[in-house]
Formats: sequence, structure tokens, C-alpha cells
Amino acid sequence: MDPIILYKIILAVVVFAVSLGVAAYMTWGERKLAAILQDRVGPDRAGPLGLLQPIADGLKMIFKEEFIPAQSNKWLFILGPSFFMLTACMTGAVVPWGSGLEIGGLYYPMQVTDINIGLLYLLGVVSIGVYGIMIGGWASNNKYAMLGALRASSQMISYEIAMGLSLIALVMTTGTLSLAEIARQQDEGLAYVVYQPLGFLIFLICAFAETNRAPFDLPESESELVGGFHTEYSSMKLGFFLFAEYINMFISSAVMATLYFGGYNFPFQHELGLEGNTLAIVQAVVLLLKIFIFIFIFMWVRWTLPRFRYDQLMNLGWKVLLPLALANIFITGLVMYFTGKLA
Amino acid sequence: MITEYLFWFLAFVSVFGGVATILSRNPVHSVLYLILTFFAIAGHYLLLNAQFLAAVHVIVYAGAIMVLFLYVIMMLNLNRLDAEKRTLIGKVTSAVSAGLLLLVMVGVARGGSEAGEAPAESIDAGLVENLGQVLYRDFLLPFEMASVLFLGAMVGAVFLSKKELNS
Amino acid sequence: MNTTAHLWDYLPILIMAIVALGFVITVMALTHAVGPRRKNAVKDDPFECGIPVQGNARTPFSIKYFLVAILFVLFDVEVIFMYPWAVNFRELGVFGLWEMFAFMGLMIIGLVYIIRRGALKWE
Repeated sequence: MDPIILYKIILAVVVFAVSLGVAAYMTWGERKLAAILQDRVGPDRAGPLGLLQPIADGLKMIFKEEFIPAQSNKWLFILGPSFFMLTACMTGAVVPWGSGLEIGGLYYPMQVTDINIGLLYLLGVVSIGVYGIMIGGWASNNKYAMLGALRASSQMISYEIAMGLSLIALVMTTGTLSLAEIARQQDEGLAYVVYQPLGFLIFLICAFAETNRAPFDLPESESELVGGFHTEYSSMKLGFFLFAEYINMFISSAVMATLYFGGYNFPFQHELGLEGNTLAIVQAVVLLLKIFIFIFIFMWVRWTLPRFRYDQLMNLGWKVLLPLALANIFITGLVMYFTGKLA
Repeated sequence: MITEYLFWFLAFVSVFGGVATILSRNPVHSVLYLILTFFAIAGHYLLLNAQFLAAVHVIVYAGAIMVLFLYVIMMLNLNRLDAEKRTLIGKVTSAVSAGLLLLVMVGVARGGSEAGEAPAESIDAGLVENLGQVLYRDFLLPFEMASVLFLGAMVGAVFLSKKELNS
Repeated sequence: MNTTAHLWDYLPILIMAIVALGFVITVMALTHAVGPRRKNAVKDDPFECGIPVQGNARTPFSIKYFLVAILFVLFDVEVIFMYPWAVNFRELGVFGLWEMFAFMGLMIIGLVYIIRRGALKWE
């Protein structure tokens, strides 16, 4: 077999496994962090520091009763969480995890694929992600699930527009949609957050809303809707819904780090005198560290801010973020015009 | 070679999805099959190297318009499948209108076959960079007209639902 | 040929999809095989906090959700239109800048109209 294809298969499996592993330990991290913030101990029974807790949780999910309500549409009920999990796993394919490895004279970029519509691919996968929740919530034939699915879908589509607009301002400065190229440009110049602070802020808020994280967790607000769209779900199907949320968080952190915070690059990386392959591995570790910082912010916000009210959520999306994103494009365009960046 | 296999596979999926869309009893299944069809068509665009169109097809058709369809279906309170309740007149009119539509399609397909091969200007014409150059230089007026069209559509949407909003 | 070269870039996405799909199907089948199943009439009812089920879950909902979906479709198409422009922003120059300002101006007029008519007002 062609070594490149073999490498791509291995890399796809590794990226998938790392996403799952990080997501699993994010559940542990979140519980520990919540415990610290609330002056509790948190999980500490399974293994040292409760480190085996995610494995115990996963096993429990698998061995639980697989419950399908009698009045639901059986296949759609199964399809919902499966689809949600599938879309969550697809985004990692375009993130560049490091510059590249050189093995046996061949150069292997540390990215599953470098398509030149990378950003549009991201938006596409995000826009498809709504279906998992909508189908699951509708198929449950439960009022809470239905209301949760409605809220989730209209929240996600509302914030998708502001997200797309905030990326346009970024694309104006980069001139490309390829994530690998954007990461490379930040090696030569400054991180794009310096040029796009407002765009980054909008993207960050939209990322919170798209992943249904607090303070945007209205779709599953326990005090109003029991469990929201996954009220009727149990066993691994519930597991997929919860797990996919963590994968989404991991991937959106990776995307934010790549687009706005230099990706795998770090200051003075070429002055350290590291060789090609060593440097690539160090870069991957640096990217993971950046991702962890974002994940920490996700969790910190969740355990600090109260939930939005529905009208506040919609107003923020349509009346604040959307005009702000448009203004950001105006400003970016004018600044580039006056600094003579245009042809 | 491999593109040919891919083409046949995608063609099969898109036709299968299309047929399943109209044969499904449950409208939600129909929507899902239609999404499958859209994905297959996006695959066709990729085969033709029209990457931007492929992305647009997924984002706009599969990701936005189908969400709207799902909303409509969910709003229409579909508990029992009331397909059986149609009257004879309804069946006849739908058969006639669908037949006429088929006639038009066949006519277009036959007329189109004489047009011959499309001029292969450049193999990279469908890339985002080249598309932007053409769209914002040569087709500027249609582009700006499209924005007026969007404005009209927004007004229309708000106007149609205004009755409900006031009550 | 160039076409196939671009096409190869999309193969890893297919690989990724197969890996993810394989995982999802395996885990679903596993949990289906090992989990217990005990059914009874009350358990099969939709959950409504313990009281008997009232009415139907699939009732018509507020038209506002529908309006949000329509507006989303419109704005989404407009946003997509801006991507080829943003990629070519430097090459198109000042002309492109004014072109897009006109486009965005109409978009803002639409947004202001929507907000003025109270289409996005939630009580």
C-alpha cells in the first residue's frame, strides 16, 4: 500500500483516539474543577485521584439497560445520538496538529487532510450537527425532549451566522481557507488574535453556544426541561450525547487555538535548535497545551456564570453578535485599506 | 478509473436517496433521505472539482434549508400518517401536475443533450479563489441584485408571519 | 491530472468518517448486546415528572422558531456569498471593498427591518 495512505489511516485513527481520550478525561477534569471551585473533593474513589472514573463511567454506560420508549420512532431514536457523535468526530480531520514528520525521506504533514476549503468544511460539519439533536428530540415523543430540541436547534442556527461572519474577517486577513496555511502564516507573523481581537471574542461566544455549554445550556436546562432533548435517553445513547459535547468542546478549542492563537507554533521555536521531527512533536504538545487552556476557560465559565434566559440568548445572537461581526468586517476592511494592504 | 467507480457509487446513492424520499411514509424519513441525496450531489461536485459548490451544497442545502423543512414537518403535528385521507380529485390533480412536470423535465433533458460538451475552460474554475475573481468582477450586477432579492425575502418572511406575531 | 490530485485530499475525510462510523456502530451493538431489558407499561410511557401523560408531545409550536429558521437560511446564504470575496479581498482591491459594503449595507437594512418589526422579540 502507498505509505501516504497508510499514514493517513494511522493518523485518522490516532486523531480519533486522542479526541476520545481527551474527551473522556475532560469529564474527570470538569468534575474535579467544579469540586475545587465549590470547595469539595470531587471524584476520588476509582483509582488515585479518581483517575479511573471516566473508564468506570464508560463501562457503566455500556452495561446499562438500553431503553427505547414504546411510542418513539425506534430507528430515528437510535440515529439521533449516533449522528451527533459522528459529526462531532469529523471536525478533527482538518486541524493541523504540528508541522510535519520526516520518516524515510518522505514528508508527512501532521494533519489528516489539508483541503483548501478547510474553514467551509468546518462550517459544514457544524451546520450538520443540528440534526442529531433535532432527530433525537423529536423521535423521543416527549414534551421536554421536543422543547429541548427546538431550543437547541434554533440556538445553534442563530449563532452559526455570527460564527460564519466572524470567520470572514479572519479570511480577509489570511486570504485562504486552508487551516494549514493559516497556521503557517502565524509562524511568520503574529498570532491572528492580535489583528482580530473582536472576531476572536465573537467566535469564542459562538463556540460556547454551538457546543450548548453554560451559559448557553438552555436545551438541557435541568430546572425547566428535566434533561432537554435527551430526557428519554439512557445507556450509551445518552453517553454519546454527553460525550459528543466534550468532543465538540475539544475540537472547538483546537480550532480557536489554530485560527487565532498561532496553532502549533510557539515563540522562538526556530531559535531552540530543535531538529525537524523533535520540533514537530514539541509543536503538537504545545498545541495540546493551548487547547487545555481553552478547555479550562470553557469549564471555568460553566461553573461561574448563571444561565441565560431564552430572550436574552436570542437578543445576544441576533442583535448584538451579528451587528458586531458585520462591524468587525467593516473595520477590518477599512484598516486594511488605509494600511495599504490592498492591491 | 477510480473516479469512474466513485461516480457510479454517488449516482446510485443520489438516485436511491431521491426515490426513497418520495416513497417514505414518514416525512421525517423523507427529509433524511433528501439530506443523503444532497451529500451525494456534493460528492459529485467534488468529482467535478467544484469545491466551493460542494461546500455550499452541504452548508446551505443540507445544513440550512433542510433544517427549515424539519421545522415545518415538526410544526404540522404529524402523529398519524394521514396519507390515506386524500380524495380522488386530489389524487388526480397531483398525478396530472406531476406528469406535466415530468414532461417538462424530459423535454429539457432531450434539448440539453444536443448542447454537447461544456467548454473545459480551466480545470480549477471551481476553486474558491477563481470563483471569487469571476463572481466579483464579471458577475457583479447579478451578485448585487441577489442581495436585493434577499432583502425582499426577509420582508416577505416577516410579513407572512406577522399576523401570528401580533396575536 | 489536477482533478484527481484535489480529489485525493478528500480521501482522508472518508477514512475519518469510516473510523468514526465503525466506532459508533460497534459501541451501539455492544450496548445493545450486553444491556438488560425489562419492559412494563408504566416504564414505556413518556416521562412527565411522574404524573399521567397529558395530551400529545408533538403539538404545534410557536411560529417564531419557524421565522428564526427562515431568517437563518437567508443570512446563511449571504454569509456564504462573502467567503469567495474574503479570500480574494487583497486582489479585488478598493473596488471589491465598496462592492461588499453595498452588499452588507442591504444586509443591515434587512436586519434593521426585522428587528423593527419585532420579528425577533421573545417575551
